Amino acid sequence: MKPIIKAENLVFTYPGDEEQKPVKALDGVSFEIPEGSFTAILGHNGSGKSTLAKLLCLINLPDRGRLWIDGREMTADDVTEAEILAARREVGMVFQNPDNQIVATIVEEDVAFGCENLGLPPAEIRRRVDEALADVGMTEFARNPSYKLSGGQKQHVAIAGTIAMRRRCVIFDESTAMLDPVGRREVMDIIEKLNHEEGITVLIITHHMNEAARADRILVMNGGRIIADGSPSAVFGEPERMWEAGLDVPQTTEFAYKLRELGIKVPLDLFDPADCAEAVAKAVLEKRGGARREAGS
Amino acid sequence: MKSDITFGQYVEGNSVIHRLDPRVKIVISLVYIVAIFLAKSVTAFILLTVSSAVFVVMTGISPRLILRSMKPLLFIIIFTAVINLFFMTGENPVFEWRFIHIYREGIINACLIVLRIVLLITATSVFLTYTTTPLALTDALEQLLSPLKKLHVPVHEFSMMMTIALRFIPTLIDETQKIINAQTARGADFTSGGLIKRGKALVPILIPLFISAFRRADELATAMECRCYTGGEGRTRMNTLKSKPKDWVFFFCILLLTAGIVLLNIFFPLYTVLK
Repeated sequence: MKPIIKAENLVFTYPGDEEQKPVKALDGVSFEIPEGSFTAILGHNGSGKSTLAKLLCLINLPDRGRLWIDGREMTADDVTEAEILAARREVGMVFQNPDNQIVATIVEEDVAFGCENLGLPPAEIRRRVDEALADVGMTEFARNPSYKLSGGQKQHVAIAGTIAMRRRCVIFDESTAMLDPVGRREVMDIIEKLNHEEGITVLIITHHMNEAARADRILVMNGGRIIADGSPSAVFGEPERMWEAGLDVPQTTEFAYKLRELGIKVPLDLFDPADCAEAVAKAVLEKRGGARREAGS
Repeated sequence: MKSDITFGQYVEGNSVIHRLDPRVKIVISLVYIVAIFLAKSVTAFILLTVSSAVFVVMTGISPRLILRSMKPLLFIIIFTAVINLFFMTGENPVFEWRFIHIYREGIINACLIVLRIVLLITATSVFLTYTTTPLALTDALEQLLSPLKKLHVPVHEFSMMMTIALRFIPTLIDETQKIINAQTARGADFTSGGLIKRGKALVPILIPLFISAFRRADELATAMECRCYTGGEGRTRMNTLKSKPKDWVFFFCILLLTAGIVLLNIFFPLYTVLK
């Protein structure tokens, strides 16, 4: 499939000042994001993942390297302001702190903000806002003031704002980090729905291994580079590598890994606790059965 | 404290005046204020008082609430009344004692001035502060002032700033409370000591509050940019204000009232004393 984002050797350095040395946040990052895919970017603090997100949203431009959004090279010398704005229409971002990305006091007016910026006719904005609010299940809160909502609900509003703009790609920059477990699960469900039902390309940046395991593909970053790239089974299939990079693996994988050390053969890539439990039960039974057979013979 | 904060003094309601187009309300209150200043005779003041009473009844807001809004201005009201009472000279002395001379004109003048201030407060409360949300006011002002954009007055930018400021009031109040709690937990004392000591105690609240507000502003700016905000140029609005026939009816009633006051001033100048 045609990539919506293509990066080649991206380098980005935060300029230093008298007190701070310049920080090289990205050091040669290359990848392709096919349209309609669901990718997770993992990495500990300072690994460059949020810097990468800002480059992909064209808030910053890379110092070196090339970046294509929807087939157009954004790092080309002849790229115009209008083309960058057009690319920003396609790639949106939902941030970590729900309070700092809501512009208007009333929920539906905030959802409309992006569409208003696009200069759409009022009737069209109305229709899109109603649809977007229905998509995230917030219709009943349309006329409510946003400050009375919970953190998870505020993120729903932010997501509705980006759905209403009909974006083809949405980047979630640790959008669940400040939420309670219930809010986190609800937001992840909506993200998954966006990807599966609407075909929107999704990139999530996260610390939560279980969230990353829900993606089709994981990019692991460390020290401004991509150190692993593959399906969740492939990436978490080598837990040693993740631990070396200062990262965790899902609890089920860690559990399975420890059981394997004890000689119980359990697959590492079962991320759902119920599946994992079943596999463990089966493996234990098998082992016991094997032991019995040995004793019998 | 935080969850029940209402912006300004808006009183929830569904009266005719609540539902008027906010632009019309702004224009109406300006015209009405002009009418109040044009009134010179007792007859004109009677007309104004009656019409104001009718407006108050129409909003369904209790008159006590409106009287309460005059409390902060009580001193000014009394002060102007006293000045007028003692320093106005006229032809009909009512009371004289040593250096104090009170004339009948002075008494009427003082009463009318007090009435004028009371009417001004009532009019702005009824049309603006009590019946229109600050958000509606901001929107209305942006649209009313939009012709000034041609003169390069940044009307859209001002209204965007107002919108964002209103949006962040509850967030920052919340944050202030959190900082106060955090500093109190560290042993800070905000409630005892003199004025200077209490003022100094505010510093550890204000500094973190400002730092966080700047960080929020930075993040919000990034988020707005991500949502394709490029300023007022080429922007549309979902909810555009549309004036309905009843808005125009109301507007013409107020114009008629103003005309009536001018006529009363000319043809029935009963006790015309105000200059």
